[in-house]
Amino acid sequence: MLIVLVAVWEASVHAFSLPVYLLPAPSLIWTESLAVADTLGGHTLATLRTVMYGFIASIVVSLPLAVLLTSSRYASATIYPLLVFTQSIPKVALAPILVVMLGATELPRVIVTFLVAFFPLVIAVAVGLLSVPADLVELGRSFKASKMQELMRIRLPYAVPFVFSGLKVAIALSVVGAVVGEFVNADQGLGYLIVSATAFFRTPVAFGALILLSVLGVVLFQLVVIVERIFFPWSAESEETVIV
Amino acid sequence: MIRVEGLSKVFHSRDGGSVVALHDVSLEVGRNEFVSLVGPSGCGKSTMLRLLAGLVGATRGGLEIDGTAVTEPRRDIGIVFQSPTLLPWADITDNVLFPLRLMRERASDARARAHALLELVGLKGFESRYPRELSGGMQQRAAICRALIHDPGILLMDEPFGALDALTREVMSMELLRIWTENPKTIVFVTHSITEAVLLSDRVIVMSPRPGRIAEVVDVPIERPRTLDMEGSREFQECTRRIRRRIFGADETDVSGPAAA
Repeated sequence: MLIVLVAVWEASVHAFSLPVYLLPAPSLIWTESLAVADTLGGHTLATLRTVMYGFIASIVVSLPLAVLLTSSRYASATIYPLLVFTQSIPKVALAPILVVMLGATELPRVIVTFLVAFFPLVIAVAVGLLSVPADLVELGRSFKASKMQELMRIRLPYAVPFVFSGLKVAIALSVVGAVVGEFVNADQGLGYLIVSATAFFRTPVAFGALILLSVLGVVLFQLVVIVERIFFPWSAESEETVIV
Repeated sequence: MIRVEGLSKVFHSRDGGSVVALHDVSLEVGRNEFVSLVGPSGCGKSTMLRLLAGLVGATRGGLEIDGTAVTEPRRDIGIVFQSPTLLPWADITDNVLFPLRLMRERASDARARAHALLELVGLKGFESRYPRELSGGMQQRAAICRALIHDPGILLMDEPFGALDALTREVMSMELLRIWTENPKTIVFVTHSITEAVLLSDRVIVMSPRPGRIAEVVDVPIERPRTLDMEGSREFQECTRRIRRRIFGADETDVSGPAAA
């Protein structure tokens, strides 16, 4: 399927003799990208680093935040509006402000990545923690389980399938967030490469970076799926009951 | 022995309203007695069970088990709910051992006990299967094992067969009687089914709603061991008729309600 698509693309570019800056042929993307191959690796790694920092930050923040959010009515009434507020800020608009505040470093990019990725994760974990059947919680209480035991032995494990569906969304969004961050401020990374390549009408290189980005996204997503299958096979199999 | 004296329970809703779930209920259940609570929805039978389990506190009145007031969950009680509520991430053995884990009791023979219980309920060979691999009836058997693992003196069952199909239900009823005979416990059994209550119990407590209270206590004089055939006997019919009449009023032709099972 993919091969047919690429072939049609290649053929139509030649047939209609489209200018390179509008739509480069796949073969040209390939050769031009190969020409800068030695720098592509560095760009990919830079983006990957931002994605991973942002993703890990969103996990580290989301889990306790979701626990807090579901712990009491008061906590959720306080935190929810704040969460929604952070989500209503356009991240593209926030990024340049962050650069001014924090300097042209890795940090603003990671923060933007984190802000894009963490929200769906918090919501997924919170929904998971609340989805525990009331009977199961009562069962725990009937054996005098402490709040901590209830969390660690019942609620968190129960939330695992939800956590993973949140992680899948979060990893995909992390790539988006990292690129947004790089658009605004970077001297490296695939997002930066796209900006600088298009500035010089080197569309084939921009396309090459774009393809690498999507491959990166797919690979990271699959990694999350694999981690779930290996460490939580019961969760992966119960997926039909959970919206991924 | 369970003693309930003038017990009332009022639930307050958030908007300031209140519901009297139980009003002035008095009841005694002897050691190793099998007692059923029967009644329409809203008669407070599940609330009664939660009070006995120490999961909720009484508004008024006294509740004692073996001479001590019930103010919090006790360790000598096992509970079976309508749904099996097994842990999906744990295999059947670990599910059965779950209460011991929560109570931080790690007896060396715990695994052997779990396996013996699973064999007792006919789940031999399924010890390391996961809940999703088992049918509803098998899951409920595992849940019964979980309730028995710490060898409680009292077993509280809240419509344990309510989610099962009619045939599985009959099989499970007989299984429960067999388990109870081999492993005597005080059982308080909540059900919507009048025949199930009569088939299983020494006494059937008929409850009525709004407010929840005891309408009548029916002794079941049928000899043990019981079989499904006994449902046709005259004493059985007499018991079910009395209960049904108490629940639906004198007009016996009007048994169209959901509890007419």
